[in-house]
Amino acid sequence: MSSDEFDVFLTETELSGADDGPLAGRTVAVKDNISTAGVTTTCGSATLADYEPPFDATVVERLREAGATVVGKTNMDEFGMGGTTETSAFGPTKNPVDPDRVPGGSSGGSAAAVAAGAADLALGSDTGGSVRNPAAFCGVVGIKPTYGLVSRYGLIAYANSLEQIGPIADTVADAATLLDVIAGPDERDATTRYDAADGGPDDHPAATTSYADAADGDAEGFTVGVPTELVEGAAEPVRETFHDGLDALRDRGVETREVSLPSVEHAVQAYYVIATSEASSNLARFDGVRYGESGDGGDWNESFAAAREAGFGPEVKRRILLGTFALSAGYHDAYYEKAQDARAWVKQDFDEALAETDVLATPTMPVLPPERGESLDDPLQLYLMDANTVPVNLANLPAISVPAGTADGLPVGCQFVGPSFGEAAVIRAASALEAAVE
Amino acid sequence: MSETPDGDPVDADDVRHVAELARVDLADEEVAEFADQFEEILDYFAALDEVPETDEDTELVNVMRADEVREGLSQAAALSNAPDSEGGYFRGPRVS
Repeated sequence: MSSDEFDVFLTETELSGADDGPLAGRTVAVKDNISTAGVTTTCGSATLADYEPPFDATVVERLREAGATVVGKTNMDEFGMGGTTETSAFGPTKNPVDPDRVPGGSSGGSAAAVAAGAADLALGSDTGGSVRNPAAFCGVVGIKPTYGLVSRYGLIAYANSLEQIGPIADTVADAATLLDVIAGPDERDATTRYDAADGGPDDHPAATTSYADAADGDAEGFTVGVPTELVEGAAEPVRETFHDGLDALRDRGVETREVSLPSVEHAVQAYYVIATSEASSNLARFDGVRYGESGDGGDWNESFAAAREAGFGPEVKRRILLGTFALSAGYHDAYYEKAQDARAWVKQDFDEALAETDVLATPTMPVLPPERGESLDDPLQLYLMDANTVPVNLANLPAISVPAGTADGLPVGCQFVGPSFGEAAVIRAASALEAAVE
Repeated sequence: MSETPDGDPVDADDVRHVAELARVDLADEEVAEFADQFEEILDYFAALDEVPETDEDTELVNVMRADEVREGLSQAAALSNAPDSEGGYFRGPRVS
């Protein structure tokens, strides 16, 4: 195995796959919150430092059946809570483009593994941008699938109603090929079921779509909506590179038009209320009884509180407490109920904008990758970095981040957002931009 | 909305109360830091107050499966990560 120059792996391994298949001979790095039987799966947390899952996640089974070899488990923000991979209990990952800068997060190790050539492909998970953010910061491609396209069985949950596992690769075609492998119904994750009940289609969308075929570089005749609210807030060098990318698309026969999504002004607040509320419930399981270190002495309340103090880092504690606060008596209506209203509003806004366009385009991240250590002190500033990615999770929609070029020598990602189960459209648009900026 | 329902700003006692509900011990410095940060974050969340009531037009249906016995984890595999077990059970701290 190569030396791990950028600290992308928490565990290096070699789980070989079938002799042939669409991923035969390809290596894949897997985010460390995706269960691998008998291979340590830490979620970037001290509380799971020695945890060895007794089963494989469905996506890991599918990788190996497709012929891929899993070469390592990648570093991540603790439980996915962060956008820089600096909240990992095992230290930060370096951005291969500029080792003084963060690789983004929370799937920073996965994106950096692909950017550094330590793996051909990678899997991340995206709760509020955690695949697209590091893909943008490391100059690679990342896809956040529609909620329900990919099984979450074996993904250690942070906020179940928002998260999906997604592929990361050097090219749009490779990311789409990996999506073809992992997408599909799974009886062990009821949210992937796609039944004919109530007149719905008989098949799960993945059964009738080849995502790789959609990466043909040709989006001629597409109408791309550009939500002004999600462009105005971006830093100037990011905006310039993004607009250059739109120019290149127009040269290839794509029409662009401005659209408005007034609800997104409340998306970051809604996201953090919902995500922290779900986290406060999901992470209640880490009490030092079934896994982790037992808290020493006292009754169960004292023991659990001691185990959780020792096992969790500051950002995880902060989010558990914020979520507990948002759900507690006297606050539930003001925070959680309003956040659910905002979520429904965001969905409506996207549905309306996508009714008159094929896809929407925004800068993936409003900023260039920060230097390590620059952004950890102010949690609210970090949350605001997610402004362009979290609305997509609230709306359950598919999105992709694809390199749009560079600014000041650093990568800028363009995000395309599509209609529900419209992965083919965002892949097609991204492949056109990829071809145009080459 | 960075105020508690009784009108007080978020203070160390509020943080300690929530930490107790969540079963997370905190050091005194953490309590002070979180109180300041929560004040700022909850202030930002206050903008949710402007969100109109919105009905979700849901297209979701419950999906059921037959309730059948099927293979699951063995007892040994389920206990394999537990710090302490006894006679095939997880062993936890005393209840009171």
